[in-house]
Amino acid sequence: MLKYLLEKEFKQFFRNRFLPKVVIVIPLMVTLIFPLIANFEIKNINLSIVDSDKSPYSQQLVQKAQASGYYRITNISENYDNALKSIELDQADVILEIPINFEKDLVNEKAAAVMITANAVSGVKGGLGSAYLSSIISDFNTNVRVEWLQSDSRFVVPRFEIRPLYWYNPMLEYYVFMIPALMIMILAIICGFLPALNIVGEKENGTIEQMNVTPVSKFKFIISKLIPHWVVGFVSLTICFVVARLFYNLIPAGSILTIYILASVFVLAFSGFGLVVSNYAKTLQQAMFMMFFFVLTFIFMSGLYTPVENMPQWAQIISHFSPLKYMIQVLRLVYLKGSGFTELLTQFFALSAFAIFFNGWAVISYRKSSQ
Amino acid sequence: MEKETDIENCKKVLLGEFEPVISAKNLTKTFGHFTAVDSISFDVAKGEIFGFLGANGAGKTTAMRMLCGLLKPTSGKGKVAGYDIEKQSEQVKKNIGYMSQKFSLSEDLRVWENIRLYAGIYGVHEREIAPRTDELLRQLGFESEKNSLVKSLPLGWKQKLAFSVSIFHNPKIVFLDEPTGGVDPAARRQFWELIYQAADRGITVFVTTHYMDEAEYCNRVCILVDGRIEAIDLPRNLKEQFNVKSMDEVFQQMARKATRKAD
Amino acid sequence: MKFFNRWHEKQPEKPIRMRQFIVFTQKEFKHIFRDRWTTLILLVLPILMIILFGFGINTEIKNTKFAVYDPSHDVATQGIVNKLLTSEYFTLSEFVNTPNEIENIFKEKGIGLVVVFSEKFYENLLHTGDAQVQLITDGTDPNTASILTAYASNLIFSYQQDLISAQDIPYQIKPEIKLLYNPTLKGVYSTVPGIIGVILILICAMMTSISIAREKEQGTMEILLVSPMKPIVLILAKVVPFFCISIVNLVTILLLSVFVLEVPIVGSLFLLILVSLLYIFVALSIGLLISSVVDKQMVALLISGMALMLPFVYLSGMMFPIESMPIVLQWISNIIPAKWFIIAMRNIMIKGLGFSSIVKEVAILSFMALFFIMLSLKKFKLRLE
Repeated sequence: MLKYLLEKEFKQFFRNRFLPKVVIVIPLMVTLIFPLIANFEIKNINLSIVDSDKSPYSQQLVQKAQASGYYRITNISENYDNALKSIELDQADVILEIPINFEKDLVNEKAAAVMITANAVSGVKGGLGSAYLSSIISDFNTNVRVEWLQSDSRFVVPRFEIRPLYWYNPMLEYYVFMIPALMIMILAIICGFLPALNIVGEKENGTIEQMNVTPVSKFKFIISKLIPHWVVGFVSLTICFVVARLFYNLIPAGSILTIYILASVFVLAFSGFGLVVSNYAKTLQQAMFMMFFFVLTFIFMSGLYTPVENMPQWAQIISHFSPLKYMIQVLRLVYLKGSGFTELLTQFFALSAFAIFFNGWAVISYRKSSQ
Repeated sequence: MEKETDIENCKKVLLGEFEPVISAKNLTKTFGHFTAVDSISFDVAKGEIFGFLGANGAGKTTAMRMLCGLLKPTSGKGKVAGYDIEKQSEQVKKNIGYMSQKFSLSEDLRVWENIRLYAGIYGVHEREIAPRTDELLRQLGFESEKNSLVKSLPLGWKQKLAFSVSIFHNPKIVFLDEPTGGVDPAARRQFWELIYQAADRGITVFVTTHYMDEAEYCNRVCILVDGRIEAIDLPRNLKEQFNVKSMDEVFQQMARKATRKAD
Repeated sequence: MKFFNRWHEKQPEKPIRMRQFIVFTQKEFKHIFRDRWTTLILLVLPILMIILFGFGINTEIKNTKFAVYDPSHDVATQGIVNKLLTSEYFTLSEFVNTPNEIENIFKEKGIGLVVVFSEKFYENLLHTGDAQVQLITDGTDPNTASILTAYASNLIFSYQQDLISAQDIPYQIKPEIKLLYNPTLKGVYSTVPGIIGVILILICAMMTSISIAREKEQGTMEILLVSPMKPIVLILAKVVPFFCISIVNLVTILLLSVFVLEVPIVGSLFLLILVSLLYIFVALSIGLLISSVVDKQMVALLISGMALMLPFVYLSGMMFPIESMPIVLQWISNIIPAKWFIIAMRNIMIKGLGFSSIVKEVAILSFMALFFIMLSLKKFKLRLE
């Protein structure tokens, strides 16, 4: 009996004008185009220079900023007001203003000021833009002192080097962080969203009723909806793996089998969630918005964009209830840090608990006949 | 169109001499304060074409959905093919065919695929399905449409297909909910020919309609007004009783009693 | 009868059409509000999104645990660790004994930063200049890694400054830092305009296209189209309720961002509403365009939910800066209305600039609204004929 239902579902899936394309296009979009979009902002900070001093020191400082690799000088202004215009027009993010007599004050008065003005509309960019610049100035300052005081035994200039090391992702590529997590989003959409919307669609156009008067058991009916989406979901996931490997050389440090195993449990949990929604929704519109509501919460509480540890306490508590959180952890741990199955037991049990919970709820709330 | 044997059969039912394939006893369905079906009782004999008549909103579809196991009765008992509709609804489903008011085969499947799907679901043997499909399509004159997507068919054809699918597995009973809505008289007549063929195969037909000319085609009719059975008899008897010439006039007289508005 | 005729003659058609329009709009309103779930979600969704974006995307670093590998154990290393501890950014978790332990520390999680000192740190610091501090972060999340590194570096530099001040060493450069518009560096300042942009497109485009597709699917659209009503009236009636809901949402979001997220509206409220209304028009016209080409709800849903949402979120500059994208994607971003809306909103709401700063954006959005409306009307007509 199941055979016939599966035949039907597969035929309908591939006959749909959009779905087969979605399954191919989305993984490609995510793995091919996303890395191009998610170019992290901290590497390209636009700098506006107001050098009123035009002395050797002021020029050295500007050069040092430029050589640091964090800044692109996009604007050189005669005065601060013009530089501020460039911030208003989004042509510059940070202004470095070196006042007149900078060099003279530094040498003669033993102290000089420089002004850093950052556009902080984006907190990250503003904060980092000004922090890097003040580090560069400190460093420059040390050099100046060493230059003047080396032979002067009254002073000892403390000197040291700070070396940042970024493990697992030395070039700080944002896509390395995002792609593994987005693979899970694809799986969630194909295996959770689509079957639920499919069931609600059949409800809305009445074909489910024809099914309900047949002896098809509810278990078989549901499983016939899920299996094709599972198959397709895993095909999509595999496409992601291959594309990430071919184009970005992103290879999991751990075993791909571990990912597949945990992904199966995740898929089970998420399709269960989809079924619960499909049991309560009467129209596609309702189903869509319910999904949207919960999935959005799941996503934001999953650490997809920012680590859960940085969230406020209440959000951290909610995040325990997001199945996405555990699966995203799995992908990142396996892909980037090479964790093995035994190191992922917490995630495995959490996902299994979600699978049991959602599917149990789905079975209880499903009715073949109405009250 | 009545055959003497049918009348005999019906009489036997009325006298309780026949084992009925459908029987309802005080079947009731309420939605909140609204009583859609109000304690109806009747029996249908094997091989009968039983018409369920009533205005829109009289409760026909609700009653039928209860008998098919799609809706739980609020109170009362029902038996279909010997099984309790509430406790053994899955057994009931194995023995019936159903065609809903709204066309509900999958529009994005081909004609043969729809037949194959439902045949398979009802447990028709794999090797039987293909030859029987071809035979069915030949009988219907549908051979050329075998590979068409169902959504491309005209409504009359869709309905014939839906009916054929609902009896493909030779159920004991087939439930038809306003099967001929929206098609021209010629197509309706063709459809009724199919119903007769099914009845000849021994399939009991339970059909709701609000076309009174169709009521004449039934062996026995039951007229529902505001969720209650107002009359249940042979069409001929009803016409005699009201002293009119057509079922339409019978119905006109009955429907005057209705207080409920059509929805 | 006489009265009716006269009425007809004197005021040809117009009032009838107006009345039809009102009746239909009422019907559409009822239609939406009868579906409790959808209504609830339509009104609650913006609130949820604001809270999630506002608090969930939190780049503020607090109490990050760090570990130290310190083979020197001298005044300077002690001083630097103490310096890190004085800030609210970091708390000390443990000292590790061998460099090999560091690997496990990251895997077991919870630790964001490892500070590794070179040997004989203080001595080298004073004499050779070879003293080295390594700041090891977990680069998995580049965002957090770079912020942690930057904060820690600045704290360590300030320790150096302390040493220098103690000796009163001359030749000092004092940087004065001024943070414009958002002095506390809150992450939400940049996202609020983006959230408004996404929510409005979601409600307007998605809801309009799905609800029209639904009428088509159920065949009720045809019944309406054969009625004496002009298609344009019919479509307007469909759109009005979503327009109203969008305005309610806009007000909710603005109130929440001002009072809950504490993002002030620095510029003119009037301009802000003007730009938002313009954007709502654009969003509704996109919804109409989608529904003019689509017959199935599922397709409307996929188009508006994926083909529309993804570029709106990722190419609008809401999350990632457009200027760092490849040039082709930068071109594409120009056709995304949310990009212009976000720029205009940031200029007015956060930067407090005047109308002259958003002339270009307003012009582009107006053009887009006109273009989409014309196109969808043309498509609708084509299909009707």
